[in-house]
Amino acid sequence: MRYLTARKRAEGKGAAHTGTEHHWHMTVTAVALAFLVPTWLYVFGHALGQPYEAVRATFARPFPAILTALILIVGMRHFAMGAQMMIEDYARGTARKMAVIFVYSLSAVVVATGLFALIKIAL
Amino acid sequence: MVQFTLPKNSKIRTGKTWPRPEGKNVRKFQIYRWNPDDGKNPQVDTYFLDMDKCGPMVLDALIKIKNEIDPTLTFRRSCREGICGSCAMNIDGINTLACIYGLDEVKGDVKIYPLPHMPVVKDLIPDLTHFYAQHASIMPWLETKTNTPQKEWRQSIEDRKKLDGLYECVMCASCSTSCPSYWWNGDKYLGPAALLHAYRWIIDSRDEATGERLDNLEDPFKLYRCHTIMNCAKTCPKGLNPAKAISEIKKMMVDRVV
Repeated sequence: MRYLTARKRAEGKGAAHTGTEHHWHMTVTAVALAFLVPTWLYVFGHALGQPYEAVRATFARPFPAILTALILIVGMRHFAMGAQMMIEDYARGTARKMAVIFVYSLSAVVVATGLFALIKIAL
Repeated sequence: MVQFTLPKNSKIRTGKTWPRPEGKNVRKFQIYRWNPDDGKNPQVDTYFLDMDKCGPMVLDALIKIKNEIDPTLTFRRSCREGICGSCAMNIDGINTLACIYGLDEVKGDVKIYPLPHMPVVKDLIPDLTHFYAQHASIMPWLETKTNTPQKEWRQSIEDRKKLDGLYECVMCASCSTSCPSYWWNGDKYLGPAALLHAYRWIIDSRDEATGERLDNLEDPFKLYRCHTIMNCAKTCPKGLNPAKAISEIKKMMVDRVV
């Protein structure tokens, strides 16, 4: 039990003066994905079921390769930021910090692995 | 912090059932009871009222129960016309004002609980200390730097119209206590009511502290815990839309940086 006034509890440590950038990036990446995902699904749908060489040839072309790279980068950015918001909602203290670090690391690994595979296919 | 089960001392027991009166139009009321002095867990007591001898609103029924059946039943009430915001409670699963919620709007038994996820003082009375302190923290008053004019701070009809849908809030806490984000992070998140009031002062054409007000709100928790769930707008007994006010604040925040 701490003898704090209600006003002090409500004020807490004050405003962090951040959050708008996160909100804006979430909005921008969401809009970008709204265009990228259907286009990528169209390209992927065409490649689906094709022989191995044909799929490799599809993703070796500039447009599908760049589109896939964008999906990886923008999608994982959006995922990491969204997951951070979810973690902030449901976890506290050290668990919150560890979970945020894990999610950002995971998304970085997914992007790096995906880009590596894509470059191997494309080049 | 998110909680999926009630703490041990908050688990609700079945309480006392009061005698059923004679009559054809008798209705059952199940009401949350908790007394801090007896050391027992909360319980739900059952009352019966003859609706032919009862007023039309939920508050009429509560007053009748208190006056004629159980004088220990405790709840806040004052104006009885939806202006003071005192009698906010959870009726039939909806946070609303008992004085303007008709008994005919409730299907079946009438279940009455205090506002959710708030500490209970007694029976249907939640502890709103933190809620009021959060409201005070957004500086709900006119802030000016220019010398006070001799007559009045003037405002155009168009600018005055911008306050409609905001100034009517009676601070009943129905919206904030219906918001899951406020349940889980109410210590930091200001909640729909405080943010609606914050927006009311941000867009007031006479106020000169717009930047400071936005500065004080720019925080991942104070403002950005709102995920546009819209429970606030759905439950508001005055028909206001706090979620829209919050999204307008977010737009202003973005306008400052992009």
